[in-house]
Amino acid sequence: MGGWKNYHVPGTVEEAIAVLRNYDGRARVIGGGTDLLVETRRGLRRPYEAMVDASRIAGLNTITRTEDSIVIGCGVTHTEIVNDVRIIRHGQCLAESCSVIGGPQVRNVGTLAGNVAHALPAGDGTIGLLALGGDVEIAGTSGRRWIPAKDTFIGPGKSVIDRHREVLTRLRFEATRSGEGSAFHRVMRPQGLCLPIISMAARLTVERGTITAASISMGPVGPVPWFAEPAAQALIGGPANEEQFEKAVAITLANVTLRTSKYRATEEYRSAMIQSYLPLILARAAARAGAKA
Amino acid sequence: MSRLQMTVNDTPVDIEVPQSRYLSEVLREDLRLTGTKIGCAEAECGICTVLVNGTAVVSCVFPAFKAQGASVETIEGLPRDGKLHALQQAFLQHGAVQCGFCTPGLIMTAKGLLDRKDAAGEIVTEGDVRTALKDTYCRCTGYQSVINAILQASGQDVSPYLPETRSAGLAVGKAQPNPNALDKIMGSARFSDDYRFPGMLYARTKRAGVPHARIRSIDTSAARDLDGVHAVLTHEDVPGRNAHGVVSVDWPVLCARKVRYVGDAVAIVAAESQEIAAAALDLIHVDYEELPAVTDVILATAPDAPLVHEKRPDGNLLKHIKVKKGDIDSGFADADVVVDQTYRTPTTEHLFLEPECSIAVPAGFDPASFGGHCDALAVRGETARHGKTTIYVGSQIPYIDRDQAAATLGVESDAVRVVATLMGGGFGGKEDIAGQIHAALLAEATQRPVKMLYSRQESMLVHPKRHSTIIRIRTGATDDGKLTAVQATLYGDGGAYASLSEKVLTRATTHATGPYNVPNVKVDCFAVYTNNVPCGAFRGFGVTQSCFAVESNMDMLAEKLGLDPIEFRRINALDVGSETSTGQVLRESVGLKECIDKVERDVRGEDFRWSWNEGHRRFAWGMAVGYKNTGLGGGAPDKATAEVEAWEDPGKGLMAEVRISSAEMGQGLPAVLVACVAEELGIPTEHVSVLLGDTDYCPDGGPTTASRQTYLSGNAARLAAKDVSQQLATANTAARIKARHEYWAPKTMPLGKGGDMHVAFGFCAQAVLCEIDMRTGEVSVRKVVAAHDVGRAINPLTLEGQIEGGIVMCIGYTLTEHYIQEEGKPWTNVMARYKTPSITHAPRIVSHIVEHSTTDGPYGAKGVGELPSIPTSAAITNAICRATGVRVRSLPVDQDTLLRAIRSGASEVELAWGDRAPIPTILLGGQQ
Repeated sequence: MGGWKNYHVPGTVEEAIAVLRNYDGRARVIGGGTDLLVETRRGLRRPYEAMVDASRIAGLNTITRTEDSIVIGCGVTHTEIVNDVRIIRHGQCLAESCSVIGGPQVRNVGTLAGNVAHALPAGDGTIGLLALGGDVEIAGTSGRRWIPAKDTFIGPGKSVIDRHREVLTRLRFEATRSGEGSAFHRVMRPQGLCLPIISMAARLTVERGTITAASISMGPVGPVPWFAEPAAQALIGGPANEEQFEKAVAITLANVTLRTSKYRATEEYRSAMIQSYLPLILARAAARAGAKA
Repeated sequence: MSRLQMTVNDTPVDIEVPQSRYLSEVLREDLRLTGTKIGCAEAECGICTVLVNGTAVVSCVFPAFKAQGASVETIEGLPRDGKLHALQQAFLQHGAVQCGFCTPGLIMTAKGLLDRKDAAGEIVTEGDVRTALKDTYCRCTGYQSVINAILQASGQDVSPYLPETRSAGLAVGKAQPNPNALDKIMGSARFSDDYRFPGMLYARTKRAGVPHARIRSIDTSAARDLDGVHAVLTHEDVPGRNAHGVVSVDWPVLCARKVRYVGDAVAIVAAESQEIAAAALDLIHVDYEELPAVTDVILATAPDAPLVHEKRPDGNLLKHIKVKKGDIDSGFADADVVVDQTYRTPTTEHLFLEPECSIAVPAGFDPASFGGHCDALAVRGETARHGKTTIYVGSQIPYIDRDQAAATLGVESDAVRVVATLMGGGFGGKEDIAGQIHAALLAEATQRPVKMLYSRQESMLVHPKRHSTIIRIRTGATDDGKLTAVQATLYGDGGAYASLSEKVLTRATTHATGPYNVPNVKVDCFAVYTNNVPCGAFRGFGVTQSCFAVESNMDMLAEKLGLDPIEFRRINALDVGSETSTGQVLRESVGLKECIDKVERDVRGEDFRWSWNEGHRRFAWGMAVGYKNTGLGGGAPDKATAEVEAWEDPGKGLMAEVRISSAEMGQGLPAVLVACVAEELGIPTEHVSVLLGDTDYCPDGGPTTASRQTYLSGNAARLAAKDVSQQLATANTAARIKARHEYWAPKTMPLGKGGDMHVAFGFCAQAVLCEIDMRTGEVSVRKVVAAHDVGRAINPLTLEGQIEGGIVMCIGYTLTEHYIQEEGKPWTNVMARYKTPSITHAPRIVSHIVEHSTTDGPYGAKGVGELPSIPTSAAITNAICRATGVRVRSLPVDQDTLLRAIRSGASEVELAWGDRAPIPTILLGGQQ
């Protein structure tokens, strides 16, 4: 038994908000529930009085393409993202990041909206979305608003989205165009601790061999997902080559605060993984940018 | 309650259920579709996978109302028009079914894949299978047969992988599915949790939660007052002996004065539901005076260490085990080279996929008083009443469970009946008893059936683990490669209670030379009590630990000597006429050299290289050999009794049933028994049925441990069938003919007395091909070439399953598994923190069978259950050393430490994943 009394599956955003309002903080929004329910099952969390399942809201089960953006409804699962050709073409790091979340069964149920709202410092889908510069739409009693996804994180598991009163309804990002590419990589360990050692994603714009825009996201390197902003800035204006990428690594390592976390990774190892993989990710993103040029 | 409408296996379902239900609960409890199993309830093991609208989901965390209006498919819906689904057929044929507990989940996950690929018109690749089943775990098969079965079911021509074996007799030597495999692939096989009785209550246990404390008081009044609670019992309510233990009776059934580890049971509750029972636990207040906990195996033997058990003459020293042969000093004086190293192995968890579950029914229980009837399937011979206190449990030792439960209930043994249900894996972890007794106490107290089901987390906390060890071993050899001496000191952490520590660590000690001719031996082993979780039996039984140390030293010696590591092992290998470290002269059945030869021939082609590089990846082969005793040995009386009954079926001809209490935990014992009986009676195997583990109907087969059942129970069944066959020759065929045979294994000698300590040994050699990612330090095993001397392959299909599963289990031991405790408190407290190998870790396994028969084994057979799980770890670390130059001295291999060692040019690492301190220095020859 889940411990909650009522399980609501609202069909509209308005209905979801109304149900949440009625419970006045005693209900909680879930998407696939693959994070929250597992935590409840393990006894790490007291169950809520009601669950509000946001996976079946009409119109929010789809991925749509607008002129500039790709918009993902809160009911869209990781599997759907991984298999979507538009996302593979125009937001590949997101497809890559969603493809390593949990196992196949979890990806069939879990949603990107849930991953972002859960606000873990290294949620895989989250890291992918952040590199793309994604936004999220939050619906509450006072209406809907779009905010940058990066502004939702407050601390581990803490989000500006009040999951007792608000619903993360949609996510969107600017589709990569010709001359743009993205890539993601994660390092895990095979032993028992289902958390990444380090996840990294990058989005690059390359015009005639010169990088004109760059974004690098990573986690866990602090309480919230982190952007390697100085490294990204340093890339801009330079050529998309190995030397530049190594420079980006050096700047990243000079700026990042890596920690040794028990049973997970040493600071030294995390640093080594950034050294090994950040150049590869950047090179892959650049190659993808070139491939479409 | 709310209305839930969905389609389950094409049948519309419309029921009223609480909104808090998970889909797995609706399926199992409301719809009684118990083919969907629960392994963890934390979305880790994947065995509860079902399809919702064609998509694989884990039903244990899938809210039922998420499936409102959906189409759900479970294992029960797979057969069509009475015909098995292609996946079911293939799993049967390939022997991809062992304990069967994960089988429905594997099949349903695979069905999701096959349906999707089929719809897309794509061919299923091995890569697809590994991706789709990444999070659906199996602890028995090692996955090779699973992959092959799925590929075959997808329409590809894949035959079952079978090693070459001696030609078959009528039944013996034939590859056949285990007789219970059909039920398992149908989802109709029933494990303890699948039974339900009228009026049944649900039980939970109040655990200590602290590693070491004196109990000042226990207050259960609030729990007793809770609505729906029928009984709360403490030590005061134990009518008989308040202790249990397979070897030493030192483990309280319910703690009275003291708790010695976090999982100790202090009180038990029976209530109307699991939820009420759990709520009652929170209302039980135990006042503890916490005591200093001793959790370090070496500090525990210090004179001033806190005592885990008071009044023991040796304090925390449970046993000092000694092996001595020749003269150790002159042995080392004769040596030209010596390697002296210290190793550490981790505590590990069986993680059988079925958590422990016992159901007890009180003596004289009348189901009619609850308006029901007992499940006819559950009770042979008595469908209405239970004459005795009856315990349904998947146990490795039904008779000892019976005796222990009776002692605690304060009744004669024959006032208790144990009915063994199918077991979802055991591996040694279902030998110790606890829940069985608790359920029986509660059933008698409430006069109602009581189910005691452990959660995965509770299972991980409570049952004995594999011993962690620290092993210092010094090995000497002459320049021409002959071993002259082995000296070793072992420390084994037994945890809070004796369990099988003494036996396990004796095996570690007696096998600490490896399967070699070593003229001079001195081994000291200290089995120690601590406030850690108890340790006991685990496939390999101590030998897995010492083999890691022995075979690591062997590779280092070979290198020092400039000898080929395979040749070096061959030079020293035991052979007929050799004497073991305990003074046993091997008269027959020593197939080690043939194992080494077979592995070498397979691996060493013309283009053989020990190691090579491909970009950032390094590849290397590593090699190790192992051996393991069959049977209890060491002077313990070792016997098994089987009963065979035969009758003439007018339509079919001669039929037979074989009955024995021995346990089937997925290893395939029924297949062995059927083969032996069919062979003796000259009838088809389909004519032989098996009844296991019912203490009222089956004679005692002894414990299912020590790789002994093929040998012991196989012999008992064979000889009972022989008796029947002789009676048949003279009898009137209309009669039912019954015979019992009590088979005694040849007498063995206790350690220290010389002579035959064991009736037989199995031998093996394994070569592994490892890949090391030089960017991350990640290690993966690509291929294993193995040869096992099993005496005789009674059933090559189930035998191969034991070998593949054993190897993969040992890969987990080497690369992924560590049960971590911090000051007596498990950090590894959920399944997400304990990773057993998934299908992505499974290598390709090439298996050779060597059959040096043993005179007293049935048709020459000896045990194999543990053997494959012994040398793999050293073979892997030997490969790692060859590839990277880094010798790993602690398990499990940690990619973080390994990579840093490689980068810094270090030649060894002694920190494993989960370790925070390097290996302590230990002295050879005696206690610290």
